[in-house]
Amino acid sequence: MTGLKDLQVGESLEEITLPPVSRLDLIKYAGASGDYNPIHTIDEEAEKAGLPGIIAHGMWTMGNLAKLFTPYYEEGFIQDYSIRFKGMVFLNDVITLHAVLDEQGEEELSFSVRASNQDGRDVIKGNVVFCKRLITAAT
Amino acid sequence: MFEHTIGKRSEKVKNRVERGAVKKFAEAIGDLHPIYTDEENYSRNIAPPTFPRVFDYGSIEELNLPNKGLIHGEQNYHYERPLFVEEEIICYAEVDDYYERSGKSGNMGFLKVKRYGEDPEGRLIFSEEQVVIITEAVRKGMTV
Repeated sequence: MTGLKDLQVGESLEEITLPPVSRLDLIKYAGASGDYNPIHTIDEEAEKAGLPGIIAHGMWTMGNLAKLFTPYYEEGFIQDYSIRFKGMVFLNDVITLHAVLDEQGEEELSFSVRASNQDGRDVIKGNVVFCKRLITAAT
Repeated sequence: MFEHTIGKRSEKVKNRVERGAVKKFAEAIGDLHPIYTDEENYSRNIAPPTFPRVFDYGSIEELNLPNKGLIHGEQNYHYERPLFVEEEIICYAEVDDYYERSGKSGNMGFLKVKRYGEDPEGRLIFSEEQVVIITEAVRKGMTV
């Protein structure tokens, strides 16, 4: 895999398409994150809240989107990660993760990031600033 | 209706970036990189950037949010450096702002909560900002 240093402004990181969202994905995220809001796991509760069915935790999608950068954590780290939640993610939705390099600084790389569903609609959208400073020594 | 909570802050709570919790979290977001878990090949393991979801930030007095009907509008993280597995983090939260706007589904409340994680010496490691949208229907159902 090539490093981030070879990426040019306007180029994208390799997209990732997730498997269709399953109930188990959301149960696992509830357990791992401690967010047990039942609209993410229990049909009746989602319906009571006026939803057509259970929806993914926004933070599940945001957590997934960050993994576009995981292969580069030996070059730096995510310094800023800002997201707006734009649309709901339902069971069986197929989510694709995107990141485009907007700006290349001495120490920072700025990306536009988004996750879209099978209809091409963005469900979350925002920015990542990747800092190329390596954190080596313990302080 | 939450204006009076602006500036209110929680007590500080000691947290640990638990190895097992990091593994479980990384699995839950399908982010299975050895940098999170492999102790042999990495001098130090880190946690995924959205991991602070797991921490306890204490409770903010007078901020009694319903546990249903909230909409997560925005979420921002800022890091001074990554989180290291097994380190201790001191966490707290603060109400940054609250305002109401009228929209197509009635009067909406926007609550901005900031959360912080520091090392035991008080140096900032990360901060996060969360915007929660509280619909009129939810606020009407609350007894404050």
